[in-house]
Amino acid sequence: MSTMTGAQALITALEHEGVEVIFGVPGGAILPAYDPILDSPIRHILARHEQGAGHMAEGYAWATGRVGVTMVTSGPAATNLVTPLADALVDSVPIVAITGQVPTHAVGNDAFQEAYTTGITMPATKHNYFVTDPRDIPDVVHEAFHIAATGRPGPVLVDLPKDVLNADLVWHNPVKLNLPGYRPTVDAHPRPIKEAMKLIEAAKRPVLYVGGGIIKASAHEELLRFAEATQIPVVTTLMGRGAIPDVHPLALGMPGMHGNYTAVTAMQKSDLLVAIGVRFDDRVTGNPDTFAPGAKVIHADVDPAEIGKVRVPEVPIVGDARRVLQQLLAKWDDQKNADRKEWLDTVHAWQRDFPLHYDQQPDGPIKPQYVVEELYRLAGPDTIVVSGVGQHQMWASQYWKFTEPRKWINSGGLGTMGFAVPAAIGAKAGRPDQLVYAIDGDGCFQMTPQELITASVEGIPIKVAVLNNGAHGMVKQWQNLFYGGRLSAVDLGRDVPDYVKLAEAMGCVGLRAETPDEVGPTIEKSLAIDDRPVVVEFVTDSEEMVFPMVPAGGSNDDIILRREDLP
Amino acid sequence: MSQHTLSVLVENKPSVLARVSSLLARRGFNIHSMAVGPTAEEGMSRMTIVVDAPEMEQVKKQLHKLVNVVRIMELDPAESLEREIMLIRVSAIPGKRGEILEIGTIFKAIPIDVGPISIAFSVNGEPRKINDFVELVRPYGIVELVKSGRVAMARDVKGRKLKAVG
Repeated sequence: MSTMTGAQALITALEHEGVEVIFGVPGGAILPAYDPILDSPIRHILARHEQGAGHMAEGYAWATGRVGVTMVTSGPAATNLVTPLADALVDSVPIVAITGQVPTHAVGNDAFQEAYTTGITMPATKHNYFVTDPRDIPDVVHEAFHIAATGRPGPVLVDLPKDVLNADLVWHNPVKLNLPGYRPTVDAHPRPIKEAMKLIEAAKRPVLYVGGGIIKASAHEELLRFAEATQIPVVTTLMGRGAIPDVHPLALGMPGMHGNYTAVTAMQKSDLLVAIGVRFDDRVTGNPDTFAPGAKVIHADVDPAEIGKVRVPEVPIVGDARRVLQQLLAKWDDQKNADRKEWLDTVHAWQRDFPLHYDQQPDGPIKPQYVVEELYRLAGPDTIVVSGVGQHQMWASQYWKFTEPRKWINSGGLGTMGFAVPAAIGAKAGRPDQLVYAIDGDGCFQMTPQELITASVEGIPIKVAVLNNGAHGMVKQWQNLFYGGRLSAVDLGRDVPDYVKLAEAMGCVGLRAETPDEVGPTIEKSLAIDDRPVVVEFVTDSEEMVFPMVPAGGSNDDIILRREDLP
Repeated sequence: MSQHTLSVLVENKPSVLARVSSLLARRGFNIHSMAVGPTAEEGMSRMTIVVDAPEMEQVKKQLHKLVNVVRIMELDPAESLEREIMLIRVSAIPGKRGEILEIGTIFKAIPIDVGPISIAFSVNGEPRKINDFVELVRPYGIVELVKSGRVAMARDVKGRKLKAVG
């Protein structure tokens, strides 16, 4: 039994959870916790902005599958964390956020740097704690990690007043968890598994519709075995890219608003959707009334609140994606002839007849899709790709061929601009052996570029491709398509900032490609540098739009394949 | 918009009420009444929430996701017991006092404060009975009215199936 301060107990508790890195920014209320870090094996990475620290923790969690940790002070630091927390909540990213708070006697008195952190973050976290007794610290931290990592993963925040951090306590190893209201279902009930198998055996045009749940549950191997055994083609949502290798004959790629024709149409024509670890997001379904109208639905998810939310399934299954697939596989009889030849022939014919399309002229402007394809060719499928939100994100998801899970990191549900640079830093901190290449847009990049200073100073050599079209490209695309071309507040200009100089000022190498023939050699140059972060600006065609496209709220049957097909 | 009665078993901890009400507020649902108190089980409280909402299925599932929420039941009014307490002060000038006390007797309303120009009653019972009493004394003038919020539990009906989440 050893006596220690609350701050020491916090760091000890984090060590207890196996934390290897904290992404944070210090400040007044969290000061006590920054002292014992000096004596801890835990690495602290000093972010330049708390939002950056939060996204770094997310990138770390995405890339490693472990809980990411961020620690910041009270007030404005905590409010700066709200975006990463909300992002992690909707994308099911396990992170634990530690926030300092003003001393308990000052709480509620509008003290300096006081914000009602647990109140503000209540709807942005899976759960949060306001700790008033230092003796609770060991158990609260243990619970926080347990809640963040289990069931449907998500962010948990622990708010610690300064006097609680300074007070003494006798350390105890965390006791047994006492969470009577938190018992996530892991194993599925056998009855719906049996019903699901009946539907799967009877289906003529089934589609496996899988997403982030497969990645989070590390169910990719089971998915591949199940898809191969049952010969069901697989669509992978934006969150589920890499759940099955894109090069596999059963892989159809991404469905949805900017999904490819085959993935979208296979679902529309399907007679059975086997949905696992997905939430029927509006970006996938379009108008839910016209989504996959002829399909029965089996919906498996670890979060019961997702089942029946958008589409009432014929067979609901609550369970962890990996366990559900194992249970389904155990019921599958290999003797049953999974004859899907006709359906697979149809699907493969669509793939042949309606491929993704863009037109790179040798002397024309650089097409952003060409940059992604060249990056893929030169950096290879082993790269961890990180994106923000918008056109660049869609092109990256469409044109990269993902072959493994945890190689694609992006802000899916919340759509957080500025996510890519800090998330890439977090990913690289967690997987220093991996090449981490962010594919970002100029609008997104300008929201969090200062974290490149963190990358330089901390020796985290990420690479960032900035697809510079001089605009908020996706907004511009919508204004062009739905507002009669009246462009409002989307012009970012091409020349300011000078991305090369900006990169250099932050201790990175800055490179630029302005013509198609410069794209490959510039990427090669970037790949040769591994002692510093690199920013590569690609000056891309400002008029390029993302296709295919299903207009928001429209029917997936009305997918528009290319600009020439616009009504 | 229809009225739903939820019986929610929660851990008796700070901010649980805020978590529950915030989830309803997110959807713009109005909380008609909410009564909270400890249960026979140590460390547990029960909330009886009456909500005006178009549907409750999704919200019930989301409420159940709250870490401190242990169990949720939606109570079918036909198969549940509902009670409420009301304190009401009715304007009672000397000539009208007898009439008002007579109404009170019919409703088993207990006069708890008789003043020169008003009478305060304590009324308890089913919400409909309480509302009927309010309507009957309204013509005399209601000075002040306060309700406890509804508390409810399921009836012990043979073969009854409670709609339980989790």
